[in-house]
Amino acid sequence: MAEVAIPRAKPQMSEASAWNQLKHNRNWLGFWFMVPAMAFLIFFLAYPLGLGIWLSFTDTRIGRVGHFVATENYEWLWDDSIFWLSVFNTLLYTFVASALKFAIGLYLALLLNENMPFKAMLRAMVLIPFIVPTVLSALAFWWIFDSQFSIISWSLKHLGLISQNINFLGDTTWARICVIFANIWRGVPFVAITLLAGLQTVSPSLYEAATLDGATRWQNFRHITYPLLTPIIAVVMTFSVLFTFTDFQLIWAMTRGGPVNATHLMATLSYQRAIIAGQLGEGAAISSAMIPFLLAAIMVSWFGLQRRKWQQGESND
Amino acid sequence: MTDLPTRSIDLKNVLSGSGPTADHSEGMSYLQSVPRRIVTLYLPLAIIVVILLFPFYWMALTSVKPDEQLLDLDRYNPFWTWSPTFKHFHKLLFESYYPHWLWNTMYVAVCATVLSIFASVLAAYAIVRLRYKGAHLVGGLIFLAYLVPPSILFIPLATVVFQYGLFDSPLALILTYPTILIPFSTWLLMGYFKTIPFELEECALIDGASRWQILIKIVLPLAIPGLISAFIFCFTLCWNEFIYALTFLQSTSNKTVPVAIVNEFVDGDIYRWGSLMAGALAGSLPLVILYAFFVEHYVSAMTGAVKE
Repeated sequence: MAEVAIPRAKPQMSEASAWNQLKHNRNWLGFWFMVPAMAFLIFFLAYPLGLGIWLSFTDTRIGRVGHFVATENYEWLWDDSIFWLSVFNTLLYTFVASALKFAIGLYLALLLNENMPFKAMLRAMVLIPFIVPTVLSALAFWWIFDSQFSIISWSLKHLGLISQNINFLGDTTWARICVIFANIWRGVPFVAITLLAGLQTVSPSLYEAATLDGATRWQNFRHITYPLLTPIIAVVMTFSVLFTFTDFQLIWAMTRGGPVNATHLMATLSYQRAIIAGQLGEGAAISSAMIPFLLAAIMVSWFGLQRRKWQQGESND
Repeated sequence: MTDLPTRSIDLKNVLSGSGPTADHSEGMSYLQSVPRRIVTLYLPLAIIVVILLFPFYWMALTSVKPDEQLLDLDRYNPFWTWSPTFKHFHKLLFESYYPHWLWNTMYVAVCATVLSIFASVLAAYAIVRLRYKGAHLVGGLIFLAYLVPPSILFIPLATVVFQYGLFDSPLALILTYPTILIPFSTWLLMGYFKTIPFELEECALIDGASRWQILIKIVLPLAIPGLISAFIFCFTLCWNEFIYALTFLQSTSNKTVPVAIVNEFVDGDIYRWGSLMAGALAGSLPLVILYAFFVEHYVSAMTGAVKE
């Protein structure tokens, strides 16, 4: 019976299987499913990333196609003191803000992990700075740090601690402190809530056992909480460092890089050079100069994660 | 996973539940006396919460204060006002483009979010369940894409947007925002899809369902909490986005709220603070309201993306 049927069905079968292969083969099906996401990521992420590096080797300006100038932009930046100031500012901003965000965030997470009334409401309220658009809260800080009508200056004057208004955003040191403070204010809720999620996975019986064995609160933290929390700390801090390093909007809304470039980060400087001054090539060189720093941050956290997996006896997959 | 007794993160519990101590609600807190708890717990917590919320109080207070009270800190108590005015909001709504900006922001955010969720659902399902050749590698690449910040992409993207003739059009933002949103939501949805039992899909496959039917009729209904989380988090990210909107949009009426407030409201006027703060408050409110309704989804989105 089969021998009779085969010759007729054969051409039809092979046609169907070619179509079926596109429809049912898991690799082809996977490909179709990936098309929309990949189209976006290739056209608007991978391609611009490469284009940005290419632009940094040209003298492109707004409205004019550039020519290849090799490393001229980078040589120019090497001798540019404002660029080096922005690198210094960015590193200072990232280190100070990330370290304090981590410390305060962890402390806040530990506090929120305690039993107390209105716990759910407190936790929800803590997250609000993270929800509100950064620019809008930066404007509130701009008003709070106003040179004449600052509420902080007013309060300190009435407490008798200072006699003159503090020129918060006009003085180089104060301006740096203010933007770092605003960044910490905005970043702490994220660190705290994610670490709190990690804290809740730690079984309370561990603390009970340790307390019975005579461990102090500090020992509980140092030898139980901290080791169990390291995986999540590594991830959270990688994100925190990356987003602090490439911050733009907070600075732009509060100081626009002033006073005398004291708060210019690499991102704001590249915007100023590329879009406002129109030197796309030079701006692209500044933003490409951020890539090595970002790679370093990713590598550190990546190898941190690998080591911990091994310590916990998990296979490296 | 580890030798030590750990619990998997119960996302719903992060905010509302009491976590591990649910079974014995006092925990070990009986070891501490009340005065000690006030000093070590309530006092520092109160200070931090007040600092975290003060800017919003200040924003709200400034937006309803009459102008003369704003600048005269000596005759009026700056921390309160007895004569609130809605003048600043009135100016915002009827004498500026503010409703336009609000509409633009909403329009861009919704379109970009819907596009990204559509692309991410397909991508996440393919990576987790179809397991095609190289799915693992693609998953890793998508995670890397999450780490590429907008501030190194905006210059080349500006030239791309210009080439495609999208400059100064909302479409420029709708097409570029998904690059920020897709990596995040794909990663989040991958986590959700992994929790759906594979047996359900096997049954459907045996009954002759296609992959597409399985995705629409089985996986998506079960992943609704994950979809909500991804949706509101993406929406918030769109609303918050600044640098692309600042670079790609030019005409006043096309701007989004964050860009418009910074560029159009900041002038030399010494009385600008009232309307500036009213604008900031009105721009934050939609997100805060959304957040109030979906706190748990929000937190699970935030911690879910970090969990992997």
